[in-house]
Amino acid sequence: MRKVLIIFAHPKFEHSDVNFQLINAVKDLENVTIRDLYELYPDFTINIQEEQEILFEHEVVIFQHPFYWYSCPPLLKQWIDLVLEFGWAYGPGGVYLKNKYLLNAITSGGSQEVYSHEGRNRFTLEEFLRPFEQTAYLCWMRYLPPFHIGGTHQIQVDELQRKARAYRELVLQLRDEKEISIPYLQKT
Amino acid sequence: MNGFLINAIIFIVAAIICVPIAKRLGMGSVLGYLIAGILIGPYLLGFIEDGNQGQDIMHTTEFGVVMMLFLIGLELEPKNLWKMKDLILKVGLSQVLNTAALIFEISILIGVNWRVGLAVGLSMALSSTAIVLQSLKEKHQMDSNSGRMSFGVLLMQDIAVIPILAVLPLLVVAGAEMSADSGHGGFLEHQPGWVQTLMIFAAIGLVILMGRYGFGPILNWVSKTKLRELFTASALLIVVGIAFLMELVGLSPALGTFLAGVILANSPYKHALESDLDPFKGLLLGLFFMAVGATINFELISSNASVIISLTLGVMLLKALVLLIIGKVRGLSIPENLSFAFGLAQVSEFSFVTYAFALQLGIFAASTSDFLIAVTALTMTLTPIVMLVIDKLIIPKLREKESKNEREADTFSEKNKVILVGFAHFGSTLGRFLRANGIEATVLDFNPDQVDLLRKMGFKVFYGDATRLDLLHSAGAEEAQILISAINSSETNRKLVELCQEHFPHLEVMIRTKNRNDAYELMEMGVEHIYREHLDTSIRMGEDVLKKLGFRAHTIHRLASQFRKYDEDALKVLFQYKNDREEYISKVKKQIEQQELLLSGELSKKFSLNDQAWDSEPMKNR
Repeated sequence: MRKVLIIFAHPKFEHSDVNFQLINAVKDLENVTIRDLYELYPDFTINIQEEQEILFEHEVVIFQHPFYWYSCPPLLKQWIDLVLEFGWAYGPGGVYLKNKYLLNAITSGGSQEVYSHEGRNRFTLEEFLRPFEQTAYLCWMRYLPPFHIGGTHQIQVDELQRKARAYRELVLQLRDEKEISIPYLQKT
Repeated sequence: MNGFLINAIIFIVAAIICVPIAKRLGMGSVLGYLIAGILIGPYLLGFIEDGNQGQDIMHTTEFGVVMMLFLIGLELEPKNLWKMKDLILKVGLSQVLNTAALIFEISILIGVNWRVGLAVGLSMALSSTAIVLQSLKEKHQMDSNSGRMSFGVLLMQDIAVIPILAVLPLLVVAGAEMSADSGHGGFLEHQPGWVQTLMIFAAIGLVILMGRYGFGPILNWVSKTKLRELFTASALLIVVGIAFLMELVGLSPALGTFLAGVILANSPYKHALESDLDPFKGLLLGLFFMAVGATINFELISSNASVIISLTLGVMLLKALVLLIIGKVRGLSIPENLSFAFGLAQVSEFSFVTYAFALQLGIFAASTSDFLIAVTALTMTLTPIVMLVIDKLIIPKLREKESKNEREADTFSEKNKVILVGFAHFGSTLGRFLRANGIEATVLDFNPDQVDLLRKMGFKVFYGDATRLDLLHSAGAEEAQILISAINSSETNRKLVELCQEHFPHLEVMIRTKNRNDAYELMEMGVEHIYREHLDTSIRMGEDVLKKLGFRAHTIHRLASQFRKYDEDALKVLFQYKNDREEYISKVKKQIEQQELLLSGELSKKFSLNDQAWDSEPMKNR
């Protein structure tokens, strides 16, 4: 059984029904830790040491966040900037994240369809997520394809519940599967 | 009855008139009461008919001293008392013995009978607990070096009262009048020595036992009735009871109640006892001081002016000299030593008792006793005046010299960019924060003990009033960039701002203020950086409250920042209208309404009216 760490960043969680359902679907699972960044660090002062220790204990890391302006909310970026230190996460001696799994779990107002070469946003989600992919790559991590819920402003209750169940299934798979069968990308 | 009421009115009116004036003039309440006493005494207004009436009042109100020591005991935990044993024994004992011996020798030299000389020496070695402790408390110097030493000396003197009273009867010629002694020491007088000793120990033991195990349950039982006056009565009972017990076995009542106070220092009723007894103590002491003032026999003084005045000054000088040497040996700084030595230079209220006793025993003639009473009362009146001179004139001079010396030594070290005025709670937090970031501030403070402490910690500190131009100069105001005022007196702040604007216009002035009104005044003077002391803390506290109620931390953090900015902005807007009262009120109302709107809008689920952050309704509906 792997330990799963959800790094959750939403500046206005109290107004996000979608993320509320997602968190609800996984928060009771054994060996799943949720770090609610905006609750922990309202003033953006991040406890680096503690975050690194927690990170080190877990084998699967999920960045769960809304997709704002084609990226993550600023506190998650701050977290990445500060916690993934040179000499710890990458660079000489930076081996503490090696072979850990990483993926982004994203909610977006725009639907799945607008994130395509033909759509309004012109690029696919995977393309927008390249900075995360490369971050994982640099840290010798295994980058998994993102989990995405689009069209969150119009989403229906049953659809949302189906998505929440799917999220739970994904987390369980990452936690319990003997060898993770989802293809990933890693520096060789 | 009428007589009593009128007397009460006279005393209270005199006190109400004189004490505030004395305080305003920086003389302290003791001197105020003494002057009130002189005013209503037989030689000026004549409300008190003669010295005897004054003495009667004095004896009755001496009980205030007993209460004061009980209250002081309450603030002193047993382990702290134990730490003072060195002070009490060494400093106290050497003061009592040396002073008594010197006065004794001098009186023999000027040809006084040795018995009289010894009695006088022993009596005059004592200092006035009432005056000294009251003044120390008023000046907040109980915990300073000189304050602690003074207290040690006073405690020793209270202990010394016991042997002094025991020795006096031995001075009586041939013991013929021994039986005439009507007893200061209660019924034990006629018991054999071992019984007396035994009873004394039994009495002390009883006080300790009661303090440990008796008073707590009694007070607990009484407090359950929830009748406040009953609790006050019990508190009085404790003090009066112990005083009675001590007098019974011939010990000093003040010492007994002090002991009980120390034992009760850890009790949960400590603060209740303090607040209940404090007014009694204050009133009794006030009356006591007035009575001292009223006993001064100006007739006697004017007819023997030169002798009495030279005796008074001689005694004070001698006592101060002994104390100065002791203070020097104990390593007190010069200002500390001055306040220690001259603070204790008066003769004790207890000496009135020993004079009366010696008179009774026939050691003194009545004229001698009157003489001594006059001298004693005069010393009591003069010491507060001397202390006033020392505090206001001499010590500031000395400090100035000290800081000047320091300045010369400092000329080679780098100049600090920041001057920090006031280093109490607010200033010290600020100073520590600056220091933690490598910014050393030059600190100005006018609490001498604080200054000593800071110097030890390596701060560059100047003692004195920051509204003095020369002090600001020597603190390097010409070279500094920023002057911070962390004091809470709006008056001093205004003076400081004026001074800086006139003489150091380049200085960036940052001021702590109490409230909006003070802030307005500073804004009117053109100060830009104003910090209302409660603003940040109260908002931070509100943040935590909301978090505890389940609000999201970051949302509250943002709202708090907005709220603070809003409040600061509102202050600037309101400032423009503050002179127009009516408009001011309507503006205030409007501001409050807007604030409410902002907040309630933000926190309701439908906050879109105010806060478009991250996802607005129009966007969602696309």
